[in-house]
Amino acid sequence: MADQAHNAQPSSVDGQTRRDFLLYATSAVGAVGTGLALWPFVHSMNPAADTLALSTTDVDISTIQPGQSVTIVWRGKPVFVRRRLPEEIADAGKVNIAELRDPQADADRAKKAEWLILIGVCTHLGCVPLGQKPADPRGEFGGWFCPCHGSHYDTSGRIRKGPAPANLPVPPYQFTSDTTVRIG
Amino acid sequence: MSDFKSNNKVVNWIDSRLPIFSMMQHSAIDYPTPRNLNYWWNFGSLAAVMLIIMILTGLFLAMNYSSHTSLAFDSVERIMRDVNYGWLLRYLHANGASMFFILVYIHIFRGLYYGSYKAPREILWFVGIAIYLAMMATGFLGYVLPWGQMSFWGATVITNLFSAFPLVGEHIVTLLWGGFSVDNPTLNRFFALHFLLPFVILGLVVVHVWALHTVKSNNPLGIDMKGPQDSIPFHPYYTIKDLFGIGLFLMFYLGFVFWAPNFFGEPDNYIPANPMVTPPHIVPEWYYLPFYAILRSFTFDLPFLPAKLQGVLAMFSAILILFALPWLDTSKVRSAKFRPLYRQFFWLFFVNAMVLGYVGGMPAEGILVRLGQFCTAYYFAHFLVILPLLGKIEKPKALPASISSPVVKAAALGVMILVGLAGFSGQALASGGQGPELKKPAQPFSWEGVFGKHDKATLKRGYQVFHDVCSACHSMKLVAYRNLADIGFTADEIKALAAEKEVTDGPNDEGAMFQRPARASDKFVPPFPNDKAAQAANGGALPPDLSLMNKARVKGPYYVYSLMLGYEDAPPAGVTIPEGKMFNHYFPGNAISMPMVVSDDIVTYADGTKATKEQIAYDVVTFLNWAAEPELDARKSMGAKVMVFLALITAMLYALKRQIWKDVH
Repeated sequence: MADQAHNAQPSSVDGQTRRDFLLYATSAVGAVGTGLALWPFVHSMNPAADTLALSTTDVDISTIQPGQSVTIVWRGKPVFVRRRLPEEIADAGKVNIAELRDPQADADRAKKAEWLILIGVCTHLGCVPLGQKPADPRGEFGGWFCPCHGSHYDTSGRIRKGPAPANLPVPPYQFTSDTTVRIG
Repeated sequence: MSDFKSNNKVVNWIDSRLPIFSMMQHSAIDYPTPRNLNYWWNFGSLAAVMLIIMILTGLFLAMNYSSHTSLAFDSVERIMRDVNYGWLLRYLHANGASMFFILVYIHIFRGLYYGSYKAPREILWFVGIAIYLAMMATGFLGYVLPWGQMSFWGATVITNLFSAFPLVGEHIVTLLWGGFSVDNPTLNRFFALHFLLPFVILGLVVVHVWALHTVKSNNPLGIDMKGPQDSIPFHPYYTIKDLFGIGLFLMFYLGFVFWAPNFFGEPDNYIPANPMVTPPHIVPEWYYLPFYAILRSFTFDLPFLPAKLQGVLAMFSAILILFALPWLDTSKVRSAKFRPLYRQFFWLFFVNAMVLGYVGGMPAEGILVRLGQFCTAYYFAHFLVILPLLGKIEKPKALPASISSPVVKAAALGVMILVGLAGFSGQALASGGQGPELKKPAQPFSWEGVFGKHDKATLKRGYQVFHDVCSACHSMKLVAYRNLADIGFTADEIKALAAEKEVTDGPNDEGAMFQRPARASDKFVPPFPNDKAAQAANGGALPPDLSLMNKARVKGPYYVYSLMLGYEDAPPAGVTIPEGKMFNHYFPGNAISMPMVVSDDIVTYADGTKATKEQIAYDVVTFLNWAAEPELDARKSMGAKVMVFLALITAMLYALKRQIWKDVH
């Protein structure tokens, strides 16, 4: 370091260049370091390991009657499991997909046509739509109706009318046996 | 302020309505600073940086902490184990508290040495003492939050200080507690106050800087700046010098965070709070120790002034006396550089404070009581007798006409820090020096040293010992089956290991609880449903939970290793052991309820390693260490990278500082 100070002596122009270079280099390294140091703080707000470990839920579907719906909790959100009647499946299949706001065929939304599994959170602003209980309003298309801002979903959970931009999402799931579904 | 003018119209528009830019220009850039400040003047800005780090880490910790007695301890362990980088945030915060006090103590002693409390800086000094008091309160409140044994008993002892006051004392204590002992209401309010106080400190810091900028910095010569030739602008000269200091300091601080994160902590605080059992030797955090020694030095009752009240009053007076310092010190000369007598008494006072700290950390026995009393008397004599007299009898050296002398060598900084550290480690030794010398394994543990990590094969063998032997009686409630992936088990193996045990779940649709096989996401299922059942099945003794065992004992790994190999078939002559207990060389009191379980070939290792009892102890201690510090591998590898980075940027900052300062020197 002492040498450096001596070397800087010859001309002030040279010294100025050296100083500018050091200033920019140090600022750049400092900025990178500060950026990297912020990451642990930000990442600490992401789901923790124990939260991620709870990301599957097993559902026993043996007691659900045709036409009946149940609501179960997965990752803190309601998941709708509906055992659809043949006419509901037929209704869902008849729709002209090209006319839908969020075009999707019913066959792409249910692994087994009888069982429709959806995340029960309206894609507008996050309310839980009605239609799970027999007495609930189901909207103009026989599926679900969101009372907050009037979105209507059909028997495939697709948005048909109202402000919501997208269909009710389908969570990842698989049938682990004839009577159980694992969600997540 | 009015001379500020920018080329940017927007800046000028804002500045004429809210003079934020001219204020910055005035107080952070042009601010005239004595040209001769030495490195001792770095500690104020370092403390400010530390305050910001504490507020930031504290904020993110608070997002994951639960201030309920039944959740607090586990929520802290969840931060350590499950929250992303939670271990880093917590260790930054816990060690940051100690760093903050180290910085502030150096800052205060610098003020004492150079007479920075004298006119016209009295109010600046008062605000500083207020910051120090607020820091002490904040540190105490924060130490209670993890709800370990030291948290609980520290809270009990400190709040009981107020019971010394006649008539109102008991009422004050009840008010502080919100009940009849330290309990959930206490924890809740302590958390609320611990969150609030740092912002109070921040406000006081603003006032402190305001007062500083009004009277300007003192300097090593202690004489006033007489004109522009004595000062230089704060920026870039002191901004770069402060940044260089920050680089050095971060290396010191993060060295503890990454390699000795529990150096300043007490092992007892990794044992959950138990209101029924006081740990044998309770000490406050090191930064209170001198005052703790003063508190304990009063042992004679006087009429109307019982010893307890004397101690409490003396302890508070020891800090409050600093408010009177500007008038107790009668010398007109500020800097100790020109006060040959004061300089010697300053160092005597410093050593006296260190000795008080040492005494405060030791049990109050024998000669130490007298030593503490002597040092307490000297502490007050320094302020009340020595300082007033010195001003009268001392003949100061001639003061220089103006600030022009070269800057004091940085080497003094290193010496001071070493002296300070010697004092602290005295305390660390003091708390770890009891009991017989512990056994060490023939081969050092794999995780020791700067780069040491947990060895996977050893961990797997250790888990086998825990699974086949220890877990028959001991729980490990903080570790989940899924965590076994860290030590090399596959998802299917973990699933099978979990499914060996059943847990209660429910209620089901009929409203009944039911048993189901444990899953990977469940914590290790304990061998007994609750503590009472565990005691009943073990002759009245509770087998402790092993999750944190290696951190919850002094020199934990060696203690557990020694304990397992420290049994004798019969107690030595002259020692009697109660019925149903065993003799162990290393267990406090020697009578242990746990039978001798570790012997040759109690397990057959899957990998063919010969199961000698030393091997078994070695393996299970390694496994316990992983259970206690699962973040260790990640911590050390991150530490190495961070240190390389800090070394680089600190070197660059030093080079830049040389460039900027070369015309001033």
